[in-house]
Amino acid sequence: MANFNLILPEIFISLAIMFFLIIGVFKKNSSSLIYNLSTISLVILLALIYNLNSVPDTSLFNKSYKIDNLATFMKLLMIGSGIFVMLTSSKYIQINKINKIEYPVLILSSILGMMVMISSNDLMVFYMGLELQSLALYVLASFNRENLLSTEAGLKYFVLSALSSGLLLYGCSLVYGFAETTNFNEILTNSGDEQHGLTFGIVFILVGLAFKISAVPFHMWAPDVYEGSPTSITIFFAILPKIAALTAFIRFLYVPFANMTGEWQMIIVFISIASMVFGAVAAIGQKNLKRLAAYSSIGHMGYALAGVSTGTNQGIQSSIIYMSIYLVMNLAFFSCLFMLRRNDEYYEKIEDLSGLSKNHPILAFSLLIILFSLAGIPPLAGFFAKFYIFMAVIEQSMYFLAIIGLLSTVVAAFYYLRIIKVIYFDFEKEKYETNHHLGLKVTLVLSTIFILVYFIYPSGLTEIVSKINII
Amino acid sequence: MNFPILSSLILLPTIGALFILFTRSSSGKYQSSKYVALFISLANFLLSLYLWHIFDKTSVDFQFLESKEWLVGFINYKVGVDGISILFIILTTFITPICVILVNATIKNKPKDFLVAILIMETFMIGVFCSLDLVVFYLFFEAGLIPMFLIIGIWGGERRVYSAFKFFLYTLLGSVLMLIAIISIYWMTGTTDVEKLYEIGIDAKYQNLLWLAFFSSFAVKTPMWPVHTWLPDAHVEAPTAGSVLLAAILLKMAGYGFIRFSLGLFPIASEYFVPLIYTLSLIAIVYTSLVALMQEDMKKLIAYSSVAHMGFVTLGIFTMTQQGIEGSIFQMISHGLVSAALFLCVGVVYERFHTRLISKYGGLVSIMPKFAIVFMVFTLGALGLPGTSGFVGEFLVLMGTFKKNFLVAIIASLGVILGAAYMLWLYKRIIFGEIFNNEIKSMVDLKIFEIIILFSLVIPIIFFGFHPEPLMSSIEASVENVLNMYNLNLTNNLAYKN
Repeated sequence: MANFNLILPEIFISLAIMFFLIIGVFKKNSSSLIYNLSTISLVILLALIYNLNSVPDTSLFNKSYKIDNLATFMKLLMIGSGIFVMLTSSKYIQINKINKIEYPVLILSSILGMMVMISSNDLMVFYMGLELQSLALYVLASFNRENLLSTEAGLKYFVLSALSSGLLLYGCSLVYGFAETTNFNEILTNSGDEQHGLTFGIVFILVGLAFKISAVPFHMWAPDVYEGSPTSITIFFAILPKIAALTAFIRFLYVPFANMTGEWQMIIVFISIASMVFGAVAAIGQKNLKRLAAYSSIGHMGYALAGVSTGTNQGIQSSIIYMSIYLVMNLAFFSCLFMLRRNDEYYEKIEDLSGLSKNHPILAFSLLIILFSLAGIPPLAGFFAKFYIFMAVIEQSMYFLAIIGLLSTVVAAFYYLRIIKVIYFDFEKEKYETNHHLGLKVTLVLSTIFILVYFIYPSGLTEIVSKINII
Repeated sequence: MNFPILSSLILLPTIGALFILFTRSSSGKYQSSKYVALFISLANFLLSLYLWHIFDKTSVDFQFLESKEWLVGFINYKVGVDGISILFIILTTFITPICVILVNATIKNKPKDFLVAILIMETFMIGVFCSLDLVVFYLFFEAGLIPMFLIIGIWGGERRVYSAFKFFLYTLLGSVLMLIAIISIYWMTGTTDVEKLYEIGIDAKYQNLLWLAFFSSFAVKTPMWPVHTWLPDAHVEAPTAGSVLLAAILLKMAGYGFIRFSLGLFPIASEYFVPLIYTLSLIAIVYTSLVALMQEDMKKLIAYSSVAHMGFVTLGIFTMTQQGIEGSIFQMISHGLVSAALFLCVGVVYERFHTRLISKYGGLVSIMPKFAIVFMVFTLGALGLPGTSGFVGEFLVLMGTFKKNFLVAIIASLGVILGAAYMLWLYKRIIFGEIFNNEIKSMVDLKIFEIIILFSLVIPIIFFGFHPEPLMSSIEASVENVLNMYNLNLTNNLAYKN
C-alpha cells in the first residue's frame, strides 16, 4: 500500500474531476461552485504533494512512474501557479461568459496530464500524460466558441499539436524498436555507441517536446494561439505546459539518453540559440500584448533550454530556477493584463497602456518592475534567473551560447523598453476600472514583491533547487 | 568598529525613497517629501564626510570592510573603501543634495517621483564605488540604468524617448560582455572577490579577452570615442538635474572601473592595450574638442567637452605613473564639480529663456552680473586655468604623459588649447556682446537658491585649485599601492615568461 500513498495526489485529482463532472450534470448553474471547488482541490493537491517532499526517490508500477525531488518540486511549481491562474482569471471568465462547468474540469484534467508527464519514467506513461494535457488544452484554447479568433486558435493548436504528437510517438516507437524497451532506465542500459536508430528516435522526440515548449523552429503556433485564446487560457498556456515540458526535456535527456550527450547537445544548443534570437527579434514589431508575451516566452524558453543543454546538474538546476522566476514574472504580467478592463471589456494592445502611469501609478509601477525584470536588468529577479543560466553555461565553456544569449537580451530589452515608454512617456487615455477582485490583486502584489526583493535573499530558492540531482 | 557605515550610506537613500513613495497621497503633501529628500541626502553627505574623517589615509588596505554571505557558496556581498573610492563617494553624496534642491525648484511634473528616482540612483552610485565583489559591482553598475532611463524619458526634452533608448541600449550592450567576463573569472579562479583576485592574479593568456570585455563596458560609460555618441543626446534631452548626475557621477564610474579593475586585475593586458587607449584618448581630446567648437547648443557643447575631459582621464590612467593616475582621479573629481556647475548654469538660463541655442543669447553681463561672475569661474575651471581644480588634474595628467610618451603629451596639450578656445568662445557669445534680443532684457538675475547651489560648487573648485592637498593625501597611498601591485605583476609575468 506504500505505492498507493505516493500517488495519492493523482488519485485525488482524478476523483475530484469525476466528482465535479457529476455535480455539473445534476446541479444547475453550478459553474462558479465548481470553479471554486476546483481551486480548493488544487490547494489540497498542493498540500498532498508537499507531503511527499521528504520521500526518498521511488519508482512505482514496474518502474514506470517516478516520485523524486525533481517531480515533486516541478509539481509544486506547476500546481502553485495553477492556483494563482485560477485566482486571477475568475472574473475574466464571468465577464466573457465562458464560465461553463467544463472549464475548471478541463483545467484539472490538463493538470493531471502534466503531473503524469512530470513523473513518467516510461515512454507509454509519458505519452498518455502528454495526450491528456494536450486534449484538454485543445478544447480550452477554443473555449470562447463565439469568438472567431478563439476557435481559430483551438483548431490551429489542435492540427499542429496533433502533428507534433504524431512525430513524438514515431520517435517513441523508434526508440522502442532499437532499445527493446519502453522503460527509461532500461533504455539507458540498452543504448550503446553505434545506435543510429536511437538517434533518429531522439530527434523526433525532441521535435515533439520542442513543440510543446514552443521553441524555435517549432514555435509557429504560439503567437496565434496566445492571441486567440481567452486571456485566462493564455496565462495557463504561458506557464503550466512549459513547466511540464521542460521537466520532460530534463527527464528524457538525462535518464534514457544520458549516454548520448554528443548526439543531442548540438540540437538543444541550436534550439536554444534560435529561440533566444528569434524571440527577441520577432517581438519588436508586435502590437498586441498577448502576442508579445508569446514571443517573449519563446525567447525565455531559449534561456531555459540553454541551462538544460549544459549536461551538468548545475545547468539543470539553473533551468529550474529560471522556470520558477519566469512563472512568477508571467503571473505578474498577465495579472496586469487582467486589470486593463473598462466597461466589461478587456484591452490587450500596447497602445492601450498609453500614459498608464498618470491614471494608475501603482499598476504602472508594477508593470515597470515586471518588464525590467523580464528584460533581465539587475537587481530584479529576472537578472538572477539569467545569471544562474550563464553561470552554468560558461562553466562548460560554451562561450558562443553565452554571448549570443546575452546579446539577444539587449535586443529583447528594446521591446520591453518600448512598452515602458508607452506607459511612462506617452499621453494618458481613458481610465480603467479599479474594482478588481481580491485574488487578482493579491497575485499581482505578491508576485511583484517577489520580483522586487528577490535579490535580498536569493539563496532560498537555490537551496531548495540544489536538492534536485539528476545525474 | 562594527557599525556598518558603508551599508548605511548605500541604504539610507533607498529608505528615504521608500518613505517618500509610501507617503504619497494628496498633492498637498509634496512639501514633506521635498524635505525628506533634502534631509536624507544631506545626512548622507555628512555621514560620508564623517567617513572621510575617520578614514586612515596612510593605510593602503580597504577599510570599513563588510562581508556577508549572499549567493550562498558563490558570492559574498562585500563592500569597502580605499583612498580612491572614498572621494567618489563624497562627490556622489555632495552632488545629490544639489540635484534634490534643483528638482524642488524646477520640476513641476511629478516632482515626487523624480526625488525617488534620484535617491534610488544615489544608492546605486554609492554601491558602485564601494563594492569589492565583481558581481555586486555589476549589479549596482547596471541597476543605475533604470532610474536614469526614467529620468531622461519622463522629464526630458523633445527627443527624450530616442535619447533614453540610446542611453539604455548602448550601456546595456557594453555591459553584457562584462558579465560574461565576470562569470568566466569566477570559473577560472573560484572567486569574484576583488581583494582575493588581486592576490591570486588572473592567468596571463586570458587577460586580453577579459580586459576587452571590461573595456567594452567602461568605454561606453566613460564615454570614449567612437562610442560616445549617446552622451550628447542624453545630456541635451535630460532635465538639468539628470544632466548633472550623468556628468558628475555616472561618467566617473567607468574611470573608477578602469583603475580598480582593468589595472588591478589585468595588468599584462593593460600594458598591452596602452597604445589603443592612447589613440582613442587622443582622438577624444582633439576631435571632440573640435566638434565642441562647432556646437550651437550649449548643452551639447558641454557634453562634447565632457568627452574631451574624460579623454584626459583615460590617458592619465593608462600612463601608469603616479602623477598620471593621481591626475586622472583629480580630473574626475574636478570635472564632476565643473561640469555639474556648467549644466546648472545652462539650466539657469534655460529656465528663464527656454532655449539652449547659443545664438539667441548675448550681452547677459549687463542683465545678470552675478550669473556672469559664477559662470566665469566655471568656464575657467573647465579650461583648466591655474588656481582652479581643473588645472591640477590636467597638469598632472600631462606630466605623467610626458614621462612616458612625448608625442602623445604634445597632442594632448593641443586639447588644452582647444578647450580654452571653445569655453571662452562660449562665454563670449553668451555673456558679452550686444543685446540684440529684447526678450533677454526681461531676464532676472540669480535667485537665492541658485546662488546657494552655485556657490557651493564655486568654493570647492577654487579651494582645491589652490590647495589640492586634502584630495591628494587621500589618494596618494592607494594610487601608490595600485601601481606597486601593477608593476609587481608585470615583472613577475616577464620573469615567468623568460
